[in-house]
Amino acid sequence: MSVTEDKAALIVRKPAAAGVETPFMRFRSDFTDSWVATAALAVLCLIILIAVFAPLIAPQNPYDLGQVDIMESRQPPGSRSFQGYIFLLGSDGAGRDLFSAILYGLRISLSVGAMSGVIALAIGSTVGLAAAYLGGRTEAFIMRVVDIQLSFPAILIALMLLAVFGKGVDKIMIALVTVQWAYYARTVRSSALVERSKEYVEAANCLGLSHKRILFRHILPNCLAPLIVVGTVQTAHAIALEATLSFLGVGLPQTEPSLGLLISNGFEYMLSGRYWISFFPGIALLVTIVSINLVGDQLRDVLNPRLQR
Amino acid sequence: MTAFAIRRLMQSAIVVLVMSVIVFFGVNIVGDPVDMLINPEADQEDIEIAIRALGLDKPIGEQYLFFLKNAFSGNLGKSFIFGEPALQLILQRMPATMELALAALFMAIVLGIPLGLYAGLRPHSPFSRITMATSILGFSLPTFWVGLMMIMVFAVMLGWLPSTGRGDEATFLGVTSSLFTMNGLSHMVMPALNLALLKISLVIRLTRAGTREAVLQDYIKFARAKGLRQSRIIFVHLLKNILIPVITVLGLEFGGLIAFSVVTETIFAWPGMGKLLIDSIQQLDRPVIVAYLIIIVLIFVVLNLIVDIMYSVLDPRVRLGDRKA
Amino acid sequence: MSAPKPTLAVEDLCTYFFTKSGVVKAVDKVSFEIGAGEVLGLVGESGSGKTVTGFSIVGLIDQPGRIVSGSIRYKGEELIGASEERLRHIRGNRIAMIFQDPTMTLNPVLRIDTQLVEAITAHSDTDARTAWEQSRDALGQVGIPSPEERLKCYPHELSGGMRQRVAIAIAFLNKPNLIIADEPTTALDVTIQAQIIYEAQTLCRKTGTALLWITHDLAVVAGLADRICVMYAGRIVEEGGADNVIDRPLHPYTAGLIGSVPSHNRRGKRLAQIPGSTPSLLNLPEGCAFRTRCKFNDDTCLEEPEVTHPAKDRSLRCFHPVSRGPAP
Repeated sequence: MSVTEDKAALIVRKPAAAGVETPFMRFRSDFTDSWVATAALAVLCLIILIAVFAPLIAPQNPYDLGQVDIMESRQPPGSRSFQGYIFLLGSDGAGRDLFSAILYGLRISLSVGAMSGVIALAIGSTVGLAAAYLGGRTEAFIMRVVDIQLSFPAILIALMLLAVFGKGVDKIMIALVTVQWAYYARTVRSSALVERSKEYVEAANCLGLSHKRILFRHILPNCLAPLIVVGTVQTAHAIALEATLSFLGVGLPQTEPSLGLLISNGFEYMLSGRYWISFFPGIALLVTIVSINLVGDQLRDVLNPRLQR
Repeated sequence: MTAFAIRRLMQSAIVVLVMSVIVFFGVNIVGDPVDMLINPEADQEDIEIAIRALGLDKPIGEQYLFFLKNAFSGNLGKSFIFGEPALQLILQRMPATMELALAALFMAIVLGIPLGLYAGLRPHSPFSRITMATSILGFSLPTFWVGLMMIMVFAVMLGWLPSTGRGDEATFLGVTSSLFTMNGLSHMVMPALNLALLKISLVIRLTRAGTREAVLQDYIKFARAKGLRQSRIIFVHLLKNILIPVITVLGLEFGGLIAFSVVTETIFAWPGMGKLLIDSIQQLDRPVIVAYLIIIVLIFVVLNLIVDIMYSVLDPRVRLGDRKA
Repeated sequence: MSAPKPTLAVEDLCTYFFTKSGVVKAVDKVSFEIGAGEVLGLVGESGSGKTVTGFSIVGLIDQPGRIVSGSIRYKGEELIGASEERLRHIRGNRIAMIFQDPTMTLNPVLRIDTQLVEAITAHSDTDARTAWEQSRDALGQVGIPSPEERLKCYPHELSGGMRQRVAIAIAFLNKPNLIIADEPTTALDVTIQAQIIYEAQTLCRKTGTALLWITHDLAVVAGLADRICVMYAGRIVEEGGADNVIDRPLHPYTAGLIGSVPSHNRRGKRLAQIPGSTPSLLNLPEGCAFRTRCKFNDDTCLEEPEVTHPAKDRSLRCFHPVSRGPAP
């Protein structure tokens, strides 16, 4: 979709309602073809809203020590707290309301996942574009680095970085970005290579447009579809990876309790049958990842030009 | 064939060399190698001795050569915690990890290929749909959480399987492994399944995709026109074609299994090199971390090499390409 | 019934494909017979249903296709509705097939000997050694030099022509009564084509095997077939003795086909052609399917033409047969 097309779409918005199908409308109707994907999108939106408004929804601020009582630790779901509200999902080892802790945990998990995804996307697509546009040795070198990196599992690379750097939000962001950028670079390069050989780029070259303008205004917008698909899948991966690393105790510190950390904290109580401390944060994580993956799957089907119906 | 193997071997050596440079400079530039490799609790005199032993007083280029020499002779420093050579520690734990990874690989093959084959041959049957839905779940479920749930259900609630540790070992044909005792197997089932989960889903998808593509090929139709039995068409004509990519991917994924065993070993308290790594990270036992990194890079490179050579053995077309080249 | 039963009798065969966009009548009310040792040429453009006809006979129609009605009798035995095991026994044993593209029909990861031997052992209890010897002899018979070495090869090590010879050898392995050859020479060089046709013809004569030769190339069939069926849009529009049909085509479509063969034209003269293109089987014109491309088209053609027999041993689906000689 080029810029001019966007403008055209704006201009014809009124008549479009009367029958002409705008690209967005077609995208929407294609997407809602699958009720599973539609439901997943709804759930995902709900999760994001919950995470954003967690302080308003949660009955307790689980990290305000004034509101947490260690005497109330490990209460089963449904029991009543001293302050009168009900521990919907029980309480954890420190006496925090688990429901509130999950809401706050979602906030951290989602923001770490999304932010690392955005940074990795920015870096990866710039590098990928550069590789495709410059070609030659630069391209060969960049792609060799990408290949070597992708031949090692993400968790291994992340573990190594964290082993060197130590714990912390910034550290785990660096690790997640390092793990992800190569996927974006590869995606952008391959679709940019396809675009570069098309005639409109040649035309833009003939018009004497600057490299920067051709790259970012002409080629990049045409790589958007695969980027969106890879982006969704990678965000789900990043969230799962962060949870795994935090669970292993090498990710986020205890002061930033993401879902992975909550699950990890509940692990020690599991063997004594207090399942809920690990179980419910895990369900929250699972629902988040599954809904992102389902949305991603449908996006891939809808945006894939080869499957155009 | 030999020329191909030699060429591939050279490539692998280059990758190892490049990785060694990265590891070396990672250790040297990101942190102070003195902090990295020498126990900070040692007294000044010991530190001086260690600095000289590791060649840290020399210029950086020489240091790298020294590091290479040390690495080749298996001297990667001593563990702060255990006081033993780091490499030796890791090699001691390696059999347990290998055993777990092999068991997981085995599960991925014996569960994944038949399920994928069925789903590919009968894509519209309810069972195939359930299989595919489950495999999507297998991709999305965080492995560590599934491990916890397995412990909760099978160890805590049902009490069927032991939750942690490695069982009794026995020696069979000169190999010592916990695979040869019932107790060992019962300890193995859950961690191996947990580790295999992702790969089972992967194998199902690969096999299914390969099957669906292959059944449309002329050679399958021709085999049917020859009046061959269904079983021969499926297990010889079809399977032999789709196994090539599946085996290739599985070979490459075996390294992933070893890497991911870090998580599984932590959950099930499995005494392998993955658990050692996590313990070392938490206790800042850096020589062990460096040694693990070098070993795992070597494993990956060797695996890639084996897979490439195996691929050329399996697929006659690749062999020919090599002969002509 | 005292007359000998034909090797194959197809009657009113209908094979439809039930696709998302509608029902495709790939084969519609097709009837023909092949006697023992006879060569029948089934001619038509791509998409006219000739390949589907071939696969229908051996029961290899895949979803979403299905044989809807009709009858296929092999030596009097009805094959439609026969058990899968019975069909399997007939396939490759009594009725064999040769496919169009030899580079695709042999399994790339199995050696030639495996692919020949299994075709024998699937139908008899021959031991491996004998089966191997039979395979070697079969390769020799189709003119493959040093068959013992070739047996050890993988398909990709042989040329396209060689591979098609291997496929022919496989087809003849069990001395079938009928071979269905689906454009077996289309993917090959012209010189190889002639050799392959020669091999197939000689083998058929020698063994008394009937042959259903499916092709789009009238020139190939002219020298090979005893009888010709011309197919258009899923139907047989004309049938008769090979020389008879080629010298005196009755259906305007057949006449057009013959007219467009270059050798029938004088140098410098414009090559005759059939106007328009093959209609989509999803969307056939009502009545005669050739109507929209036919110069004799009139209102009567809006009705579906039934099969008529304008001469002895000739059948036709047309209201306006071409009266004499090849089309101008």
